[in-house]
Amino acid sequence: MLALPGEDGAIIAGGQSLLPLLNFRLAAPSCLIDIGRLDELRRIVEGDGYIEIGGLVRHCELAASAVIGEAFPLLHQAIGHIAHPGVRHRGTLGGSLAMADPAGELGACCLALEGRMSLQSVRGQRWVGAEDFFTGIYETALAGDEILTAVRLPRRGPGGIQIFKEVARRRGDFALAGLALVAGANLSNPRLALLGVADRPVLAARTMALLREDGSAMGSAVDRAVAQIGKEVDPAQDPAYPPAYRRHLVQVLLRRTLAELSP
Amino acid sequence: MKARRISLTVNGEAVACEVPVRLNLVDFLRHELGLTGSHVGCEQGACGACTVLLDGQTVRGCLVLAVQADGATVETIEGAGFDDLLADLRAAFHRLNALQCGFCTPGMLLTAQELLVGNPNPSRAEIREYLSGNFCRCTGYQAIVDAVEAVAVARAS
Repeated sequence: MLALPGEDGAIIAGGQSLLPLLNFRLAAPSCLIDIGRLDELRRIVEGDGYIEIGGLVRHCELAASAVIGEAFPLLHQAIGHIAHPGVRHRGTLGGSLAMADPAGELGACCLALEGRMSLQSVRGQRWVGAEDFFTGIYETALAGDEILTAVRLPRRGPGGIQIFKEVARRRGDFALAGLALVAGANLSNPRLALLGVADRPVLAARTMALLREDGSAMGSAVDRAVAQIGKEVDPAQDPAYPPAYRRHLVQVLLRRTLAELSP
Repeated sequence: MKARRISLTVNGEAVACEVPVRLNLVDFLRHELGLTGSHVGCEQGACGACTVLLDGQTVRGCLVLAVQADGATVETIEGAGFDDLLADLRAAFHRLNALQCGFCTPGMLLTAQELLVGNPNPSRAEIREYLSGNFCRCTGYQAIVDAVEAVAVARAS
């Protein structure tokens, strides 16, 4: 139906972002295509070296999954920050990623975890890495006729680090700033993704490089990383939360994160 | 507006109805079925006043379309209120002044019930966290947390 010319349809999955837009008449699609009952998109599959999470897996199902908790504790930490139980019972991974809210928790997690998204249409399937999937505020690499059917996350080696932190005004509110840190044991090969500080989830590449060079989360290395991330993030102007404030939040979050890692 | 025929179970009774495709579940329950215990507050999923149970789980009645509930089981505060746990919660809310205007109360009760089913002995912090998506503009929450805690403690003893 999405591929039909002249159709101004919208996909509805869990509806937890789309329904508010419909309620306020901010979106007026000519038709809704409810994919909510495509059970084959609601599975968590353990593959060789990766775990594939179907696009319709709900936040509460991710949170209840022992497989996910074991392999990607980052996701369990992040889901506690997503809205409230009643919303987590309906909201889906694919819907959240396709919505591409710059303050979305799961986008930053998928970026830190080197996730790849499966985009599918009647034309076929293609895989897009998280770094190329998010293209702007509420903008993704999804073409008009494609849906996000799954996310594939590579398994991590044992003894690794996965930490998610965010600051929001109230429990469950949109994040003002947040971070997802994924690394091997002893902070090797760190990947640090940020949310709420740009038009999309972003990697703090220069801070990652510095952490890799210093190979430590102690003493002056912490100060250097915190200073670097302050230089690196460039939040947009916002009358309520000026860029300097969000920059400060990211620095505080990074300092707290690294403090957890020091012996 | 386009309409669709849906069949579902509401508070234990089979319901079959033709509904406009863009009608919210909570509006369907209130206006078509006359179940006005679920309230419509913010219509954006923030306030929790429209909370109902869909296939046994709390959801925002304003963030589900009635057509999405086709084939489902829905319970509202009118129908979910006759087991012991909810009766205890109601009594504790009453006794401890955990409500004033009552607008948020149905959503609070259903959410608190779900919390205590999954976690019979929650800390006050866990109670606050579970109820964080239900806004109360009267009580300041203290009495609500007191009431939920009191029920948990009483049932544990």
